[in-house]
Parts: sequence; C-alpha cells; structure tokens
Amino acid sequence: MAEKPKVAICWLGGCGGCDEAVVDINEVILRVVDAVDLILWPVALDFKYHHIEAMKDGEIALSVINGHVRNSDHKEIAELLRRKSQLVLAFGACACFGGTPGLANLTTKEDIFNWVYRDAPTVVNPKGNHPQPKVSVDGKELTLPEFYEHVYALNQVIDVDYYLPGCPPPPDLVVNAITAVLEAKLPPKGSTLAPHKALCDTCPRNKTKPAKIAISDIKRIHEVEADPNSCFLVQGILCLGPATRAGCGEACIDINIPCRGCFGPVEGVADAGAKFASALASIIDVEDEEEVKKSIDTIDDVIGYFYRFSLPSSILGKKDLKKTI
Amino acid sequence: MTRKVTINPITRLEGHGKIEVFLDDKGGVRDAYFQVVELRGFERFCLGRPAEEMPRIVPNICGVCPTPHNMASTKALDDLYGVEPTPTAKLIRQLHYNAFYVEDHYIHFFFLAAPDFVVGPDADPAERNIVGVIQKVGLEIGGKVIDIRKRCRDIIRLIASKPCHPEGGLPGGVSRGITAEEREWIRKTADDSVEFAQFALKLFKNVVLDNKHYLDLVLSDAYKLQTYYMSLVDENKKVNLYEGKLRVVDPRGKEHALFDPHDYIDYIGEWVEPWTYIRLTHLRKVGWSGLIEGDKTSLYRVGPLARLNVAEGMATPLAQKEYEQMHKTLGGRPSHHTLAFHWARLIEALQAAEDMQKIANDPMLTGKDLRNLNYRLKKVGVGCVEAARGTLIHHYETDDNGIITRVNLIVATQHNAAPMCLSVKKAAMEFVKDHKVKEGMLNMVEMAFRPYDPCLACATHALPGEMPLNINIRDKDGSIVQTLKRP
Ligand code: SF4
Ligand code: SF4
Ligand code: SF4
Repeated sequence: MAEKPKVAICWLGGCGGCDEAVVDINEVILRVVDAVDLILWPVALDFKYHHIEAMKDGEIALSVINGHVRNSDHKEIAELLRRKSQLVLAFGACACFGGTPGLANLTTKEDIFNWVYRDAPTVVNPKGNHPQPKVSVDGKELTLPEFYEHVYALNQVIDVDYYLPGCPPPPDLVVNAITAVLEAKLPPKGSTLAPHKALCDTCPRNKTKPAKIAISDIKRIHEVEADPNSCFLVQGILCLGPATRAGCGEACIDINIPCRGCFGPVEGVADAGAKFASALASIIDVEDEEEVKKSIDTIDDVIGYFYRFSLPSSILGKKDLKKTI
Repeated sequence: MTRKVTINPITRLEGHGKIEVFLDDKGGVRDAYFQVVELRGFERFCLGRPAEEMPRIVPNICGVCPTPHNMASTKALDDLYGVEPTPTAKLIRQLHYNAFYVEDHYIHFFFLAAPDFVVGPDADPAERNIVGVIQKVGLEIGGKVIDIRKRCRDIIRLIASKPCHPEGGLPGGVSRGITAEEREWIRKTADDSVEFAQFALKLFKNVVLDNKHYLDLVLSDAYKLQTYYMSLVDENKKVNLYEGKLRVVDPRGKEHALFDPHDYIDYIGEWVEPWTYIRLTHLRKVGWSGLIEGDKTSLYRVGPLARLNVAEGMATPLAQKEYEQMHKTLGGRPSHHTLAFHWARLIEALQAAEDMQKIANDPMLTGKDLRNLNYRLKKVGVGCVEAARGTLIHHYETDDNGIITRVNLIVATQHNAAPMCLSVKKAAMEFVKDHKVKEGMLNMVEMAFRPYDPCLACATHALPGEMPLNINIRDKDGSIVQTLKRP
C-alpha cells in the first residue's frame, strides 16, 4: 500500500477557533483521517515539535497553519513547517492577513507591556518584573519566546501556497479545500480557496440596495434597531460587504449584524480598507469630495472598521514593518 | 547538578504553554514551572475602538471559550450604557450561554478527561483516547455525545452566528429573536440534553467512582491542592453562571469575601513574574504568598470544582442532588481534589441543561421586544460571567462618545495559572524519584493541569495509531541525558 500523505495542522498566534473549525467538519474528519497521516496537531494530538525536526525536508505533503506570527516561537515553528512541507495553507484570517489581533500594530510592544505588567489596576508588581526571554530563578534557567514589535501575517514570514480566509473558515470551504488537496485538484499557487465574488453579490439583502445610497448620517450598530430585511448600508450602518470576499454564507447578516470583513478583500484587491473606502465614497449620496470626506470623518474608528482583520497586510501595516524580525 | 525535563508543546489543551521540571541532586523534583508563552495585548489594542464593537472583537481571545468573552463583553456594555436587557433578550442570551456550557463541558469531559479516567490513567497510551473511551462505553454513546454537541452549537449559530466566534451582543438586548418554530427544536435539544446529562453522571459513577483504584487516585495527595476558591453566586448563594455576586471561600470553606464584580480591583491582585507572560492572580487582601498552598496561601482557584466549593448548592433540582452526593463522597466542602473538577463539570452540565429546558419552555422566549434603547452612557462598565473554566471579568471605560479609553480583562486561566504550577509540581514530585522518571509520568503530570482547561481533543482522538511522546531529561546546559519514549 502506498504511504499516506503526511499532514500537519498547527497554530501560531491563534485563538483555537481555527482548530475548532477543523473539528466542525464533523464526519468528514473521519474521511480525512483515513486518507492522510496526521503528524502534528498540538491541540489534539500528543506529537511534539522534535518529531517534525526529525523528518526529511519536504516529507510533509501539506501544513495547515492558523494564527499570525507575534513571537520567536511562532516564527521558528512556521519556518520549520515550511522547510518540511511541500505545500503550506494559510488557514483563517489571522494567518491570511494578520487577523483581529493584528490591530495591535497600531501600538508598540512597550505600550502593551506597560499596561499589562505595570499600569493595569489589578497589577501588583513591587519588583517591576516583566517577562524576559531568558531568566534565572534561584539558579534555574527559564526561557520564553521573544515578543516582537509587530504582528505578521504568515506570508510576511514564510512562503505560502494557498489561502483559506474566515474567522474561522466555515466547514463547507474547509471540506472543499481538503478535497482539492487530496484529489490534487488545486488551482494555481497563490490562490485563495474561496469564491471570487464580493459578499454583497450573494447577500439576500442586496436587492434592497440601490446603486446610489443616500447615507448622509452614519449610525453605530447599538444606536438603532436594524431592519432585518434591508441592506445595512441603506440604513446608514457600516457593512463591509462591498469590499469583502463572499464565502461565509452571510453568517453575521443572518443574525442581523453587519459584516466586518473576516473573509478579507475581494479577488485582486490587496488592501481591503482602501477598497471599502472607495466603495463607500461611490455610494454615499453627496456630490463633491469634500462632503464625502466629511461623512467618512464622522466614523469614529476608521482603521478598526476598515482593517479589522487585515491591518498587518495592508498598506498601512506595511509601512510599519520596517523593523523586521 | 540541576536536571531539567521539558514538555513542549503541552498537548491536548487550548493555548500555548510549556512545562519545565527541574531535578535536584538526589534525583527528585526540585521545582516545576507551568509557563504561558504568549501574549497578544487585547487590552491595549482595543483602545480607540467603539465600545459596541467589543463583543465582536474579544471572542478572538479564545476560540474554544468564545461565548463567555462575548457574554462578559455584552454585559459590560449593558453596564456601560446603563441598560437592562429586555426579558426576552435576557432569556435568549441565557439560552445561548447554557447551550455553550453543555457542549463545551462534554467536549472537555469525553474527549479530554475521559481517556484518562474511563480508559485509565496508566492504560496503554494507544488506547487512552476517545477510541478507547468509545470501546468502553459503546458506539451509541459516542454518537450521542457528537450529536448533543452539534445540536447545541446549532442553537449558538441561530443566536450568534459562528459558534467559534459569536458575533451578536448589543447593549440592552440581542440582534435576533426566536420564532415559535425554532422553539420546537430548541426544546427537543434541551430535553435530550437533560437526559444525556443524567446518563453521563451515571456513567461517571459506574466507571470511576465504583472503581476503587480510580477513586483512590481522585483522593490521592498527588492531585490535591489546598487553595481558596472564587465564583459567582446568586442571592441564595447557589451556582449562577451568568450573573450574581463574587464569593470567595478560604481553604477551610469559610466565607472570605462576598462582593459586587464592580469592586473586583479591591479583591484581586495580579502578580508579575519574569518567567511567564501570564499575570498570576491572588487575593489582594491576603497579599501575594508566592506559590504555596494551605492556610497561608493567597492563591485561589476558579472553574467547575471552585463553583461547587463556593456555592451552597445548585440552582436546579436534579443538579442539587448530584452536588450533595459529590461533596459527601469527597469528604465535605470544600473539596481540594483537583481531579474532581471533572465530576463538578458533569454536574454543571446538568444544571445548564435543566436551565436550558426551563428557558425553552418560557412563553417570553419568542417575544418580540429584543432591545432596550434607553441608554444613559455611564462611561464605565464591568461585565462578569462564569466561563466554563472560571470567573471572567471585562472592565471597559470610554469617553463621552462611547469610544474605549481603558480595558482590563481577567480571564479564567489567570486565576488558575499559579495553582496549575503547583499542581504540576506536586504530581511531578510523586512520579519522579531517585533520578528515575516513572513510565507514564508525563501523562500523570499532564493530568494535573488538564482538569483546569478545556480542549478539543474531540473526534481527532479517533485517529488510528498511537500518539508517541518523548520525555527528554536534560542537564543544566540542555543536553539530553536520558530519553523516555511512550510505546
Ligand atoms: S482567524 Fe479567527 S478563529 Fe482563526 S485563529 Fe484567528 S481569531 Fe481565531
Ligand atoms: S452592504 Fe451588507 S447588507 Fe448590504 S448588500 Fe452588502 S453585504 Fe448585504
Ligand atoms: S459576514 Fe463578514 S464578518 Fe461575518 S462571517 Fe461573513 S465575512 Fe466574516
């Protein structure tokens, strides 16, 4: 019998939701387990990293990696898996674009440490301690990974072959991606394994969205009871649908909550936030640019809305990445 | 010579962690550290965000326990905006919360704990997984666990979009109501959850409690730790997962404090050590005691066993009976037996299922009044819930416009981090003596922290083959002097 392809599933700076998303494919997991040899999955299996180190380069057929790179451990694991793998799939918004925790790129490591270890009201720290990469406690040496200045998307640290977005990716797309790999029916390297349309194109509320929308007043979600049947933008509520890739099945829209863009930018767009800004400008019902600017200025947290999941891989984020790891 | 045993990554739990075991000259355990090797800084990067976006951002802290973050955050918004959710909205939130508890507690028990318990702590590692559990309890039951999990997650999906990352949560209410038609399948899920909860407890009794060897292990010193305990209780001091006051009992079970979650800063301190990214919580009024147990400790534990130690009873009738039996068997309240977390977990799943049943039958559930928009921005909001792993506190402050200016979060694993360290050390001391690391030691050590944390070992334990595991014993310079392998 031919040897089964070896597959690794691993998290870097993730929340565990992406691992749970793999479990959520329910019975399909049994088919997968039959067809492949899972050689690493820390959340579920007792294999350790040195098992991977002992493997030959390229011996792993596919590594499914979720989470972003935030510290030296994440980077080492990402590099190790890259070396040992033929294919790497960036799984979930964190790996694909940096994810929500990527919003931390607006602040410095020092700011984060100061709050967490010095200024938070519950901190009791008479010795002024904070975590150290290497420390000696009563003659015993303990080490910690180095916390970087920035959050990085996976492709800013290693070469990535395929992308599967979502926070986390939904079960049907996970199954499709796995099937494509197992049946060797993969699109060209660099592809995103999700639909090419924008969320608006598949949204059931789209029929209520006219070409030109009269938003002059942008409302926040808690201020109004949203009409569950009409387009959020028409109601003056920010919805990232025009600039977000379809594929989630309108998960948030279904519970009457607008999209925040976890599927990342639509095909061919590098910067999700810039795309949304231009989409917004084109639908706002004001004539001159000044007025458009004024409307956008009323939005309290442009970066938090437009780049909720993608700051590290955005134009804004890149500017900051000069201090490379 | 100080020798060091490293277990990395620790597996079958959620999050990144590392265990270092140091041996002394005589070859016994000198010390052990449970290190958390990660930090993401949510408290800092949420500044400047509109407060109402928080319930959608904070579930990203943990994808295994996202519902409690979503709920604590939503409740912090109620407080911040000075509103009470409408009665229907509150029922919908509590339905969401109980459904989460049921599915999460079973995932933890059957896929994570049960291999150690039902199959046996020193069973062949190749069998000590969910396949072994299913062999012992039968295929039908294995199927039932998966089915209950799936159906409870469907309830979450209905109310809050994605179960791994709930998206709803508005101050004063919820974004979506429940229809009469939906109520029917919710009711059925609730009824089946109660039935299954009773069955799970029976199973635990048959397999664990009726087996003297296992019961001895539960009661053994290796898995005992004398600490304080903290949890929310209702006005009758019964277990309440969604709201109430925080109560703390001392290692002898006497009430140390009873306070409103708004006052948490007066009671909870967070100690900083250079060897871990996690802050180690302790009782501020006692003062940091270091990593010790007993009468002089300032450490407390949270989570299922803590809740059943703190509360004077359960809030639902069937769960109450089980609570009484647990404390009788374990020799009275509080019980310091770490492995009893698993038992307490099953009793809580029963309370959550009974509660879910009550809500499913409440006429108000399908009401149309989903939001209370009577806002009065207070600029400070504290939300506290009992997450599956223990007390969770979200504290937000904003400017006049409801934009976040300050965030403080205390999550369950922080309360338990120092006790986990001690639990690991005690277990290691028991299993490493005279330079000899006993076979199975690794699992025994890991068993000492698993009761605290959930995990999604889940269906993946149904993998064919073994789970090989090595222990490297290192000298001071890190070179391997001995390697132990699991078969
Ligand atoms: S993409 Fe979302 S679900 Fe996945 S690890 Fe990141 S935060 Fe968690
Ligand atoms: S903007 Fe949002 S609500 Fe409107 S059509 Fe697009 S996805 Fe749907
Ligand atoms: S609606 Fe938007 S934010 Fe919600 S799951 Fe879909 S892509 Fe993600």
